[in-house]
Amino acid sequence: MENSNELSDSIITQNLLPKKFGKRGMLWTSILVAICILGMYAYYRQLRYGLVVTNMRDYVSWGIYISNFVFFVAISLVGSLITAIFRLINVEWSTPLTRIAEIIAVSAITFASIIIVVDMGRPERFMNLFLHGRIQSPIMWDVIVIGTYFFISLLLLYIPLLPDLKILLQQKDKNPNWLNKLYSFLGSFWIGSRLQIALSNRAIQILCILIIPVAFCIHTVTSWLFATTYRPGWDSTNFGAYFISGAFLVGSGGVVVAMYIFRRYYQLEKYITEQHFEKMGKIVVLLCLIYLYFNVNEYLVPAFKMKKAEEKHLNELFTGDFSTMFWFAVIIGMIIPIITLIFKKGRKPFPMFIIGSMIVVGAWFKRYLIVTPTLLNPFLPMQDIPESYKHYFPSWEEWAIAMGSLAGVLLFITFFARIFPIIPIQETITEENAKHK
Amino acid sequence: MSDNSRRDFLFKGLLASASLVGCAEKKNPFDSEENFQLTGEKVKLLSVTGEVIEIDKAYLKPVPDMPPISNEEERRGIPGKKFVMVIDLARCKNLKKCQSACNHMHQLHPGQSWIKVLSMEDSDHTAPYWQPTTCMHCDEPPCVKVCPVDATFKRQDGIVLIDSDRCIGCRFCMAACPYSTRVFNWEEPILTEEVAQKHYSCESSMPQKKGTVGKCDFCPDMTRRGELPHCVSSCPNGVFLFGDMNEDSVTNGAETFRFSELIKDKAGYRLMEDLGTKPSVYYLPPVNRNFPFEEGLENAKPETTE
Repeated sequence: MENSNELSDSIITQNLLPKKFGKRGMLWTSILVAICILGMYAYYRQLRYGLVVTNMRDYVSWGIYISNFVFFVAISLVGSLITAIFRLINVEWSTPLTRIAEIIAVSAITFASIIIVVDMGRPERFMNLFLHGRIQSPIMWDVIVIGTYFFISLLLLYIPLLPDLKILLQQKDKNPNWLNKLYSFLGSFWIGSRLQIALSNRAIQILCILIIPVAFCIHTVTSWLFATTYRPGWDSTNFGAYFISGAFLVGSGGVVVAMYIFRRYYQLEKYITEQHFEKMGKIVVLLCLIYLYFNVNEYLVPAFKMKKAEEKHLNELFTGDFSTMFWFAVIIGMIIPIITLIFKKGRKPFPMFIIGSMIVVGAWFKRYLIVTPTLLNPFLPMQDIPESYKHYFPSWEEWAIAMGSLAGVLLFITFFARIFPIIPIQETITEENAKHK
Repeated sequence: MSDNSRRDFLFKGLLASASLVGCAEKKNPFDSEENFQLTGEKVKLLSVTGEVIEIDKAYLKPVPDMPPISNEEERRGIPGKKFVMVIDLARCKNLKKCQSACNHMHQLHPGQSWIKVLSMEDSDHTAPYWQPTTCMHCDEPPCVKVCPVDATFKRQDGIVLIDSDRCIGCRFCMAACPYSTRVFNWEEPILTEEVAQKHYSCESSMPQKKGTVGKCDFCPDMTRRGELPHCVSSCPNGVFLFGDMNEDSVTNGAETFRFSELIKDKAGYRLMEDLGTKPSVYYLPPVNRNFPFEEGLENAKPETTE
């Protein structure tokens, strides 16, 4: 018995250790790096010439930078769902998914902060937020809660990583030197003593409880950047709940996509099983239904009354200029996932991967639809302005920066998976052993 | 004077003298006479004691550009005042003199303006009218509420201003303003050299700065001098009436009215009262008009008359 366990321990370790990039890995990484560099060049142009390189103007004063920001904040919420909520309600099968969820959370929230600085007209005055900050502004609330969420997420990524760092350090000969240096810098103090384990469990428990209200705060506050204004389409008491439900959905979609890719690429079929997809599928369909419910609230109630200010905005979404995108986002982001995932066959890995991608793409367009159409429907008519002020389609610089930030998130996750085990080794071993006893 | 502002003052004085020493190697009038080129041309001046004195022209130097009042004072506003504007829609025929004067005086970016004359028609069967729209200088300003850095602020005299030296360019105020009155300097503003070299002042809103928000400021630099805002004085039809609520009087330069009576007699109203923003701009309804609506069409670009 002892023997067989030891054997499986070492197999687990062998299977889950981070691996060097193969050919496909190199190609993937270089494409991402290229997109990032293009984004940086576009940002250099923006710094040099000003925000005039974007197609934002006085009416559409927020564009895809802001919708991208909302998208990143949304997708980062999944860290708290899978790590914290599942842990607190004793969902055991989520162990192999926790680190995937947490790295998505950390990298998305990092790029959310970056993209918001990119959107600023005077990024060099960023420190004014601390020198002259006023607590009554929802932007200050966002700065505070996003900062807090970032650090809690980072700790929730780091603390469970410590036992795995010890395992990595045990195989020093297999790792390049710089990685060994990194591992020992991060985790050489971890010996795995009973006291350390007790401390770390306690810390994780506290962080898991802390992160839930903070996670709710970050996305509620982000929704309030819109809901605290008077504008039709934003002036809604439904916004906080609507945003949070959408956030859990897109985050879970993102985790499903990542699960599928890591499973294929690293041959993790034994660890991320069909059971995991089955269970995630059920969760995603539930989240879809909740999000659909809030969408009905968000659009049906004002559409029933058709107040004058709302009328133009809603007509543009339902049948006007934005209708293609609106129905596209609704259908691929909610309707098709719900219909597919209620069937057992729909919850197999490959269909789940397709559905997960559809949810993520639909969610990105949904964020665009939340930001832009509202700004094109002000209370007073848009007159006495150049023709270009009356429309909005992002410039190439905006696309490059937005896509660069998305590539940045993926690059972050890719490098992380190259350096650290994407599935917690120690926890998997402990759970395997517990099963055999 | 608070300790802080005194220090500020001393610091600025120090800076000014430092710059004097720094910039004028040959022309410095405080230099000894050996290395100072006298022109021989004399100028008569009145000394502080009241005597007429004569000095060489070479001693004359331009007054260094110093802000007339401190930033703190600009943020506080003019004591005892509560500025108010009344816009008489019955007198407007879309001449847009207000707009061109404002754009010219503030050197706004081509295409952008702080005043817009909107062609309004509230519903299918109601009468169209021209509505000049400025910043409303709300008493409950949504833009001020959302500003994270106190770059836009409400003064004690009722004016809502922007400090372009502090603005971070997040544009939350633009999203928050229901009157869409704010504009953004998307690129480096096109300024005359004279203005570009001026010291920035929140009261003149000049020179405009790239990456910051701008809007109608009720021209506090003019009111401080006892003059009317540019839109008021440039309108040939006297549409704009500007004044002080505490004195209960408004004027367009030619006529002066008691504000409360004018609002009562002509049933003045404010825009979007239901939002609770409490604007400082009042409108007089377009009744008994001086001009038919159609007369303004000549001056409207085709796409603006929907």
